[in-house]
Amino acid sequence: MTIIRHQPEKQAPPDAFSKGRTPTFEESAKESLANSQLRRNLGKATQTIRRKRAVAVAEMPDWEELREAGRALKSRTLRHLDDYLVQLEESVTRAGGQVHWARDAEEANRIIGGIAKSHDAKEVVKVKSIATDETKLNEYLEGEGIAAYETDLAELIIQLAGETSSHILVPAIHKNRSEIRELFMRELGVEDLSDEPPDLANAARLYLRKKFLSAKVGISGANFAVAETGTVCVVESEGNGRMCTTLPPVLVTLMGIEKVIPAWQDYEVFMQLLPRSSTAERMNPYTSFWTGSSQGSGDGPEEFHLVLLDNGRTDVLADEIGRQSLNCIRCSACLNVCPVYERTGGHAYNSVYPGPIGAILTPQLVGIGQSGPDSLPYASSLCGACYEVCPVKINIPQVLIHLRGKIVRHKQDEGGLMGKLDPENVAMQAMGRIFSNRKLYEGAQKAAHIGQWPLAKNGTIHRLPGKLAGWTEARDLKPVPEQTFRDWWKTRGKGSPSNGSSGDGAS
Amino acid sequence: MSAAREEILRRVRRSTRDVPGAEHPDDVPVERGYRKTDDTPRPEIVERFAERTAEYKAKVSRLSEADLPGAIRDALEACGVKGLVVPPGLPEAWVPDGVKVLRDGPGAQLTNDELDRSDGVLTGCALGIAQTGTIVLDAGEAQGRRALTLLPDYHLCVVREEQVVGLVPEAFAVLRDTVVGERRAVTFISGPSATSDIELNRVEGVHGPRTLEVLIVG
Repeated sequence: MTIIRHQPEKQAPPDAFSKGRTPTFEESAKESLANSQLRRNLGKATQTIRRKRAVAVAEMPDWEELREAGRALKSRTLRHLDDYLVQLEESVTRAGGQVHWARDAEEANRIIGGIAKSHDAKEVVKVKSIATDETKLNEYLEGEGIAAYETDLAELIIQLAGETSSHILVPAIHKNRSEIRELFMRELGVEDLSDEPPDLANAARLYLRKKFLSAKVGISGANFAVAETGTVCVVESEGNGRMCTTLPPVLVTLMGIEKVIPAWQDYEVFMQLLPRSSTAERMNPYTSFWTGSSQGSGDGPEEFHLVLLDNGRTDVLADEIGRQSLNCIRCSACLNVCPVYERTGGHAYNSVYPGPIGAILTPQLVGIGQSGPDSLPYASSLCGACYEVCPVKINIPQVLIHLRGKIVRHKQDEGGLMGKLDPENVAMQAMGRIFSNRKLYEGAQKAAHIGQWPLAKNGTIHRLPGKLAGWTEARDLKPVPEQTFRDWWKTRGKGSPSNGSSGDGAS
Repeated sequence: MSAAREEILRRVRRSTRDVPGAEHPDDVPVERGYRKTDDTPRPEIVERFAERTAEYKAKVSRLSEADLPGAIRDALEACGVKGLVVPPGLPEAWVPDGVKVLRDGPGAQLTNDELDRSDGVLTGCALGIAQTGTIVLDAGEAQGRRALTLLPDYHLCVVREEQVVGLVPEAFAVLRDTVVGERRAVTFISGPSATSDIELNRVEGVHGPRTLEVLIVG
C-alpha cells in the first residue's frame, strides 16, 4: 500500500457558526429527505444505537439516581460558574499548565494559532472537538499556513470529503463503506483497498501514525475538567485521543466554559452516565485524565495550554430556562431517539450541534434573530423522547417551547409594522381570539366545515389555500368532522347511544 | 490578568444574577443516591471483571502466582513478541528469557520511534473495575508513562485479584490520592482500541494496541 502526502484543503460548507445566512431547517430537510441512501444509513444507525443504549441503561439499577446527581452537579456548577472557573485556572496553573480565556471564536483561534506558530509547527494533530468545529479552527489555521489533521476516523473521513459532521458521535454516519473506500483510494492514494471496515481502519492507522509521531502540537477538546484538581479528561474509542494528548510535546485543549465540574469525585457520576448514553457501552475503550504538564516526569506534553471559550455561552447562562442547555455532556442520546433527526439527519440543522440538543443550543449560542437558527426550535414534534434519555435531564421540550416564544416575541418587537402584520402572527392572534371565545369557536367550526369540502381528500387536508399553506407544508390536517365533540355532547342521552355512533366523534 | 478573563467572569456574574449572593456552591443540593460500593462476594466480583473484560474482545486468563511467568512467556511467544517494552518497577521474574528487553525509566527513556518499532509491552496496573471490565493505569509502579502502553501493537497486562474493585465510584475513590497528591496521569482501558465509525461495524484496533491480553493472578 502506498500513501502519498495529503494536505487537507477542502472547506466544509458554512453553518450557523460561520459568517452569513444559512438555510432554514425546512429548506435543508427537503434535500436530506430526498436522499434515500442517507435515510437508509441513518435509520440503521439510529435504531442500532437506540437498542443498544436501552440494554446498557437497563443494566443499571441506579440509573435514575445517577441522572439526578448529574443534573444537580451541573446545576451547582452553572450557578457558581465564576468560582469554578477561577478555581480551575488556579489548579491548572499550579500543575504547570497555562490557562487562556477566549471571549469568542476569533480570540480562541488566534490564541491557538499563536501557540502553534511559537513552536514553528506547520502541522498539528487534532482529536475530535466540537468546540474547534464551532470556532472554525481548521480554516483559521489553514489561513495561517498550518495544516490541521483530524485523527478520529470519522472526522478524517469527512475532512477528506470536505463535508461536515452529521452526528455528534459518529460524524460520518451518512457515508457507507464503498463511499469511504473510494474516498481513501482517491485522497490517501491507497491502492488495492477493500471496502471491509478493518481494512479501511488500517489505512487510517498507517496514514495517521506518522503524523502522531512527528507532530509538535496536539489539539484536543475536553469532555470535563475538574476545578478542584485541574484534571482534564478526553473520552474516546480509537486511541487517537491518547496519541494527541500524550505524544506531541505541546498540547492545547479548547473547552467551553460550561465543561468544568467541581471535584474529582464527580467523575464517578459522569463517567457512568456518558459511555452508556453515548456509545451504549459500559465503558468506552479509552479515557485519558491528565493534570497540567509533564513537569519533568517525562510522561506526556511538556507544555499544556487550556483555552476557556465563551462564544455565546454566557448568553445561554443568562436565560434561567435556557441555562440547563449547558448541562449537555455531548452524548448524542437525544439524536438517536429523535423521530425528526432519524429522518433528516444532522446536516439539515446547519450547525455543529445537530438534533434536539442542537435545536436548543444553536439559536441560543448564536443569538435569536437569524432565520436559519431561528427555524431549529420548530424542528420537533415535542414528543419528549429526548428528555427521557438525557443523562443530565435537560428538559429539551420545555426549552424548545420557551425559545419558540422568544422567537415570536423577537419578530413582533424587532419586525416593526411588518413584524406585526406577518401572516403567521396575524393568523395566530386571530386563532387566539377565536379559541378564547365559545361563540366564535363554534362559529368557526361551522364555517370550516362548510368551507373545507373542496380541500379534503380521503379524510385528510394536504394543502390549505393562500397564506394558510405554510401550515400544511410539513403536515396534514384532519378536516372538521361531520359531528364535532360539542355536537355529540349536546345530543348525548337524547335517544342516540351514549357512546356516540360516529367513528370520528372526538375532534 | 487578561481583559478577556475579566470580561468573561463579568459576563458570568451578570448572567447568574438570579443566584442569591449568599448562596454557596455546596448549598446547591446534590443527592448522591447511586451505588458507591459493591457488596457482592469477592470471588464473584473478580469473575465479573474477567467476563466483562473478555466481552470487549480482550484475551483474558485466570491463573495462580506460580503459573504467571510461564503464562507471560507463552503469551509473548504466541504473539511473536521479540522486542518487549518493560516499564520501571516491573518484577524481574515476569520478564522471560529470550526476548529483547527495551527498558524504559527515568533518565533512560525510549524514544517514540523505539516504542513504535517494538512488538509489545508488559505491564501491571493500578486497578481493575468489575462493573465495566476496565483496566486502570496511573503511571505508577510496573506501568510507566503513557506512551509505553500506546505505541506498541500488543499490550499484556497483569492484574492481581486484590486490585479489582466492584463499581466505578470505588475506582475514583482509590485513584484520588494519585491524582490530587501526585498529579499523575490516569488512563482507563476497556478492551483494545476500537471504532464503530464505518456503518457502526465495530473494528478492533485503530490507533492504540490492537491486541490487549489480560492475566488475572489470584
